[in-house]
Amino acid sequence: MDIEFLARFQFGMTTVFHFFFVPMSIGMAFAVAVMETMYVVKKDKIYKDMAKFWGNIFLIGFAVGVVTGIIQEFQFGMNWSEYSRFMGDIFGAPLAVEALLAFFMESTFIGLWMFGWDKFNEKLHLLFIWLVSIGTALSALWILAANSFMQNPVAYSINEATNRAELTSFVGLLKNHQLWVEYPHVLFGAIVTGGFVIAGSSAWKMLKNKDMEFFKKSMRIGLIIGLVGSILTIVAGHQQMIAVADDQPMKFAAMEGIYEDTSSPAPWNIIASIDTKDKETKWEISVPYLLTILGGEDKYIGMDQANKELHDEYDTKFGSEMDYYLPVKTLFWGFRFMAGFGSLMALMAIVGLYLLRKNKIQSMKWMLWLFVAGISFPFISNTFGWLVTELGRSPWTVYGLFTIADSVSPSVTATSLLISNIVYFLLFSVLGYVMFIFCKRAVKKGPYYVDPSEARKDGIDPFAKGVL
Amino acid sequence: MSNLQFLWFILIGVLFSGFFFLEGFDFGVGMAVKLVARNKRERDQVIETIGPVWESNMVWLITAGGAMFASFPEWYASLFSGFYLILLFILVGLIIRGVSFKFRSSSENAKERNTWEWALFLGSIIVPFLFGMMFVDLVIGLPLDATKNVMNATFTDYINLFSIVGGVAVTLVSFLHGLNYLRLKTEGNVRERSLAIAKKLYPVLFAGLVVFAILAYLKTDFFTERFTSSLILLVLIVVFAALAAYGTYKDKEGLSFISTGLVFVGIVAFLFNGLFPRVMIAQDSQFSLLIENASSTPYTLKVMTIVTVVLLPIVLLYVAWAYKQFTKRVKIDR
Repeated sequence: MDIEFLARFQFGMTTVFHFFFVPMSIGMAFAVAVMETMYVVKKDKIYKDMAKFWGNIFLIGFAVGVVTGIIQEFQFGMNWSEYSRFMGDIFGAPLAVEALLAFFMESTFIGLWMFGWDKFNEKLHLLFIWLVSIGTALSALWILAANSFMQNPVAYSINEATNRAELTSFVGLLKNHQLWVEYPHVLFGAIVTGGFVIAGSSAWKMLKNKDMEFFKKSMRIGLIIGLVGSILTIVAGHQQMIAVADDQPMKFAAMEGIYEDTSSPAPWNIIASIDTKDKETKWEISVPYLLTILGGEDKYIGMDQANKELHDEYDTKFGSEMDYYLPVKTLFWGFRFMAGFGSLMALMAIVGLYLLRKNKIQSMKWMLWLFVAGISFPFISNTFGWLVTELGRSPWTVYGLFTIADSVSPSVTATSLLISNIVYFLLFSVLGYVMFIFCKRAVKKGPYYVDPSEARKDGIDPFAKGVL
Repeated sequence: MSNLQFLWFILIGVLFSGFFFLEGFDFGVGMAVKLVARNKRERDQVIETIGPVWESNMVWLITAGGAMFASFPEWYASLFSGFYLILLFILVGLIIRGVSFKFRSSSENAKERNTWEWALFLGSIIVPFLFGMMFVDLVIGLPLDATKNVMNATFTDYINLFSIVGGVAVTLVSFLHGLNYLRLKTEGNVRERSLAIAKKLYPVLFAGLVVFAILAYLKTDFFTERFTSSLILLVLIVVFAALAAYGTYKDKEGLSFISTGLVFVGIVAFLFNGLFPRVMIAQDSQFSLLIENASSTPYTLKVMTIVTVVLLPIVLLYVAWAYKQFTKRVKIDR
């Protein structure tokens, strides 16, 4: 089998799987920190129970997120050695800072938080979860600094002798405008994920009529976080789209499914039938003016024009046979799934909060079931978001500088790659399954579950009332 | 070779030493779950000794990998792609081990718990064993070519007598280090049993070290290239091992623990000393990867040095503080 295909498949598989748990961890850590803050401020024990209960779910997700993160770090060297050589001078620094600044912080304080409930005073213990939460957010910042360079290279020069990109300004790397649209978008998306996991799980418990006060309060916090997060995600995503139209016109045109330049002002396609073979959009349902209203440009170039411009710019470097067309349907529909579920979540959060306020939600079974289904929505959005971003970078690993084909490890055989793909697939299936079962089980037990064997042990108290 | 290049070569060595010193005992404790503890309560006790700290210990490896990527991208690229399958199974070991802690504590019955205890046990053996193999392979030389890649490596380039001895040695030292940690951190049966098992293992360790030294002499160029320093470091490794044994027979657990940790530091120092000024040794010596031509640019090294100088002391401070919070012995029935 083709080595490049296998390496790409592996990157896609590991990244998507890893990125189920990262946003969940970031979002849940934040939500738990909020709950514990409310406990410390309001002194109401229910918030402490919440922090503990949702903290447990967070820890299950975090465990899987951490271990799959190591795969991410290692696979750049394992599968993409030539990319690592080309990019190392730039990619390595943020990665090392990520470890020093973020990973140590997360891992150390998570230990203190987990084992420190009865050990430290409330404020110190609260500080621990905030440090964990800040650590998870910082870690995203540094890895996205590297990713932003891949989308939009800045602050570098090419060393002709070694064919490597060399960093010219660390500050410049961090000032990359791509980073400052991508980071908020990803971070807020993660926060929504935490909110909707909590809201959906709470809805499921409300359906069972268990611990109503606890889960209503949890759902409210989850939805407030989800609402604020989803609005901010949409705002940040909007900014990112404007930047993409400038930096990567081919990606933008593919996301909008336009082959020929738009009319002026530009309409926005709600849905379209795309023929990738004849390179045309067969039919579409579109809203006039909307793309111009959203994006601010008078008209947008289509893929044919973008293709021409890319050939003009890069043919001397990469040759005229390079295919700059992208997997249009995936990008077009991927974007719509991402944005569609994103908007749906914002709407659901508003409706949910209203119904909670009116105290009606517990009698609306179908609505609660919608929120249970809603647990999957942020994961769908996140996944499609990454697919669009990363597939849209093709044919480059570093936009305009280094191709995917040149990036793969020359020493690695198809057999090795096949083995690792199979191993990861099996491993991920097991981990995903177990983690799902354990989370479900933890929610099912609820916050006030006492293990019968533990209870018996504690029950042997000679001075307790009722023993005699 | 510039000063910064030299500094980062040393720092990579320090990070790997830190990883083995700290995560080494986590591996040992992982093995002890099946080899020392005999019932659920003892296993709970054993696992709890590392519960709050193993995660931050593992970050040393992530940092070492990240630092290697940043300071020596060519090394990182050649090494990681060259040891593909070994690293794959190191990752598998780290993964099943990493999830086992939380999955075990979330388990509902003995059967589930048992599954994750096995995952913890196996992961804790696989990882140090394969790392031992990898570091030994690194110093006996691999088929690197002009592209700086390990091309057409054969089975025996990875699996050979020396690398197996290296793997067994690192696993054994990890286990001893873990036993010493358990002596330090537990009381009751686990502590006594750890002591008894450790006593039996030192003769094996010394025999292993002799074989390791002979093979290092025969299979590497350490003693022709750098006789004095290699010998001194080898002697130090033996001295630390002897101190660990002394601490075991005299029931001084602190001494034993520090000493097995220093055995790891000695081994890493021995290997890095022999590597210098190379980072990867090629079978055809003209293709060896050198510190000089494997590193990042002076600018990136400078940035990283500043970042490290600022952040590392802070990290070390709070990590030390976290350790200090959990110095009490873990009792069996709380």
